[in-house]
Order: sequence, then structure tokens, then C-alpha cells
Amino acid sequence: MFEFSSIEQYHQSLQEGNITCAEAVAHYLEQIKKTGRLNAFIEVYEEEALQKARELDNQRRQARPLGKLHGVVIGIKDVLCHKDHLLTASSKILEGFTSIYSATAIERLLTEDAIIIGRLNCDEFAMGSTNENSAYGKVLNALDETRIPGGSSGGSAVAVQAGLCMVSLGSDTGGSVRQPADLCGIVGLKPTYGRISRYGLIAYASSFDQIGIFSKNIPDAALLLEVMAGADDFDSTVSERPVEQYSSSLTENKKYRIAFFNEALDHPSLDPEISKAMKGTLEDLRQKGHNVQPVEFDLLEYIVPAYYVLTTAEASSNLSRYDGIKYGYRTPVATDGLTEFYKETRSKGFGKEVRRRIMLGTFVLSSGYYDAYFTRAQKVRKLLYEKIKLIFNQFDFIFLPTTPAIAFRIGEKMTDPISMYLADIYTVMANLAGIPAISVPLYTHSSGMPFGLQVLSGRFNELSLLRVSNKLMEQYPKQK
Amino acid sequence: MVEKLAHLARLKFNEEEKQEIKSDLQRMISFVEKLNELNLDGVEPLLHLSDEVNVLREDEIKGSVSREEALKNAPLHDGEFIKVPKVIKK
Repeated sequence: MFEFSSIEQYHQSLQEGNITCAEAVAHYLEQIKKTGRLNAFIEVYEEEALQKARELDNQRRQARPLGKLHGVVIGIKDVLCHKDHLLTASSKILEGFTSIYSATAIERLLTEDAIIIGRLNCDEFAMGSTNENSAYGKVLNALDETRIPGGSSGGSAVAVQAGLCMVSLGSDTGGSVRQPADLCGIVGLKPTYGRISRYGLIAYASSFDQIGIFSKNIPDAALLLEVMAGADDFDSTVSERPVEQYSSSLTENKKYRIAFFNEALDHPSLDPEISKAMKGTLEDLRQKGHNVQPVEFDLLEYIVPAYYVLTTAEASSNLSRYDGIKYGYRTPVATDGLTEFYKETRSKGFGKEVRRRIMLGTFVLSSGYYDAYFTRAQKVRKLLYEKIKLIFNQFDFIFLPTTPAIAFRIGEKMTDPISMYLADIYTVMANLAGIPAISVPLYTHSSGMPFGLQVLSGRFNELSLLRVSNKLMEQYPKQK
Repeated sequence: MVEKLAHLARLKFNEEEKQEIKSDLQRMISFVEKLNELNLDGVEPLLHLSDEVNVLREDEIKGSVSREEALKNAPLHDGEFIKVPKVIKK
């Protein structure tokens, strides 16, 4: 039976003739069928993936040069355009929408001969932390099916966790890659804002959104990042900086300067077991000769409120494009005039959480409240940005928990939006400041559920981030 | 307030939903009012996260989509134009 450990290992097996791409794809198709109840996939491209695999197998036999992602089986979150494939953001309002172009990130994966096996379930428009807000139903955590996988990229996390593809893509606006990765026990990377082009990514909050990667190990995440990152004619906010060869330069022996916040580790909402595990790791790293220091951080209580003001404002603006006219769901109700038509369409097309966020965003942007809420939050963002910059003048990394608790039970957080929002307390910081961050799966809770360690680095310092994460996974292998 | 916001957002809520969204909004607004505790005198709002400024290109026609592609996802069209409910009334 096919067992995946890393892309490098897979490529070696392909070269040695121990496996073919077609066999790998067939394996995943079977696994997806067997685990259908997890509801990770919205659609599986069975025929297309097999066909592509056969083509790649032929190419390899003819000894033609192979793409960096030759035959790598990838699942993508249902927020990324993939030409001639359906795309819904798990929303009824995009029912039947077919992409007429591919996202730059997807285009680059395909150019390197990746195989896209299907699109993955998520919270509607990437809004949520549990993957319970999907028009296609909730996703289950494969390690305990009574628990949520996290969100919003819950399907993407479960697809890698349960071995339904090799790596997957998500999007991370406030933790939507790192949080489900943490709760599912895998790697979740959010790059610097502007490292990967957002062209073809359905917009939630444009100054926060970034495409992220789920994987079982660091070298695989590094390789995907290397392929997708870099300048793009179609996104004016993407960075022109050259892309480093992350995957071939992961080994480094260095003593790091690591900052942590007592305010975060002693936070009343943090599970004491998570706090203890992290403190243990920090102490061990100190003993190994790294410079591990507490830094005062008094903004922790403000970052989630600032995040919700800014992201809902951007969302209310971004989601105004769904009008029932250009694409997607259109109300069948006969209405009197256009305004009524928009209201009918949008009220039936959007789910509850999306409507809630559009309403809050409309409020903070409305005349008379704009300065008191929106501008104020932008100022808080500036304070945080400057504070983070100062920290990275003195330190290589900030270590934080990824989430305050292990995966919730299904239904636990659905009624109270605030308690769900507070679960984002450790992840939104990286999106507000635009810095890269990763959740590294290091720990197992007494309940048997996994949790991760979050590492943040300075802007565009993905290389250091991946190196230290690689080292952490080697040094602290999870007890099975 | 709820009705005004709903109109601005082009949404509508029935009576029951109105009560619910009202209470949700109240709770969310008092939650974000936490920001009032901070002294922000002299702090400039952060407007852009990207370092890239004025990314320009030559003024060439490229990257547009065909009419057929543009109409592909429109729920109602006549092959040439997208159709909308009647706007101008007699």
C-alpha cells in the first residue's frame, strides 16, 4: 500500500519505479471515498486527476525533465480560482459559478506538474473558526469525529490530516490556516502579506488575506511556497522581492533569539496544559543555549477587537460584488426594482455568519461611526505594527500558542460569536502586522488531541521561520 | 439602526432575524469598544501593508476576457447583454 511521508521520498519512489503517479492518485481517491463522512471535499476531480497522473507517468518514462511538483497530489480550498472548475467559497451565493481563469498560485502549481485532486470545504467566504458555517455542511476532525477541525480552512486541514492528499492550500485572514493545522496536528504556514499573489483568491479582507499551505512536514511546505511565491503582474500588492530557495536551504545550526509574552502564556483563556507544554519547550531551548526572553506585550486584549473592526469593514466592501446579476445565485422572486432584487438575492444567498459580519462592517464604515471605529482600529493596527517591528529588531522569532484550546466539540461555539472570535487571540496578530507565521505540530494533549506551537518571524523572513520549524520538528518528535 | 444598516448592506431580515442581529450587533459593538481604552493621540492610521508603491505597467491592452467568458456565469443574459429587473418605470 502507498504511504506518503514527504514529496522528496515520493519522488524517489517514482524514480525507482516503486510507484506511479496513477497509483498514488488511485490510492487517494480510494481514501477519499472511504472517509466521505468527514466531508472534507466539496468536489473530487477523479477522472481529471487520473488522466493527468497517466500523462505524467508517460513523461517520466520518456526521461523528460520533471517539474518540481511532479505528480504531487494537492487539494485546494474552495476559495481559489481554477479555470473551468466550479468555485463557491462554500456559499450558496456562488452556486454554479465556474472560474474563467486560474489563480496565480494554482497556475504555478500546475506549471510544476502538480495534480489537483479536488476542492475542499471551508467556512463560507472563509469566515469562521470551526468549519461549521459552510453551505456544504460541517467538516469533522479525523482524530475525533465529535470535534470540529477548526476553520476556516477545515477541509484543507482534514484532507492532509486524514491522508486524502499530500499537501493542500488554504487561505489565512486571521488564522484560517494555522488554527485548523494546530487542531488537526499538521503543519500550517501563513506567509508574509504579499509573498504569494492573491490574484484568483476570493477576497475576504484584502489587507489581511494570504494563501497558506498545509503539510505533514516542513520541507514540503517550503517547496510549495518556493513555487507559488513572487512577483505577479496581476496583483499590485504582491512583493517584487526575489524568492529564496527555501526547500534546499533548510538546515542551519544557529543559536536563536526567541521572544515570548507572559501575557499570552498566562492568559486566563489558555488551557493550562498548553501553557505548560510551551513553557517546557521554551525552557528546554534556553538550556540548549538559545536566547529565550520574555517581552512585555500589553496589546493582547486589543488585537481581536481591532481585527474584527477592520476585517468586517473590508468584507462588507468586498462582498458587495455579489449582486445576483454578474454571477452566482439570483433570486427567483419577482421584485420591485433593483434594490429589492439585491436584498432578496443577498439575504438568501449569504449565510448567517457572513450576514453578521457584513452588518458589523457596514456599521463601522458608516457615516458618523467611521472615525470612532474604523480609523481607531487602523491606529491600533499601526501601534501593533510598530511594536512588532521593534521586537524583531532584537529577536529572530516570537513563540506563541496557536490556539487557546484543543478542538472544540461540534456545536459548542456556534451560538456565541464573541467566544468564537476570542479563539483567534493568538493568530490574528500575524495578519494585522503582515508577518509570516507557522503552526508546528509538536504536542499531544491528555485528551489525545494534538496542538501546535506558533512561530512568528519578521516580514519576508520565511527562510528563518522554516528553518527553525524544521529544527523544532526534528528535536521534538511527537510521541506516537 | 438595524434597518438602516441592512439597507446600506443590501440585506433584509425578518422580524425574528432582526431581533437576533440586533442583539449580535450590540454585543459585537461593545466588544470592539474595548479599543476606546487605548490612548491613540498622535498615532497615524495604518493604511497600507504592502511596501510596493506605484507598480506600473505599459498601457497595453491585455488580460481581458471575451464576451462569451464574461457572460458565462451570468444567471440571465441574452448572449450579448446581462439582463436585470426593470429599472426605468413608466
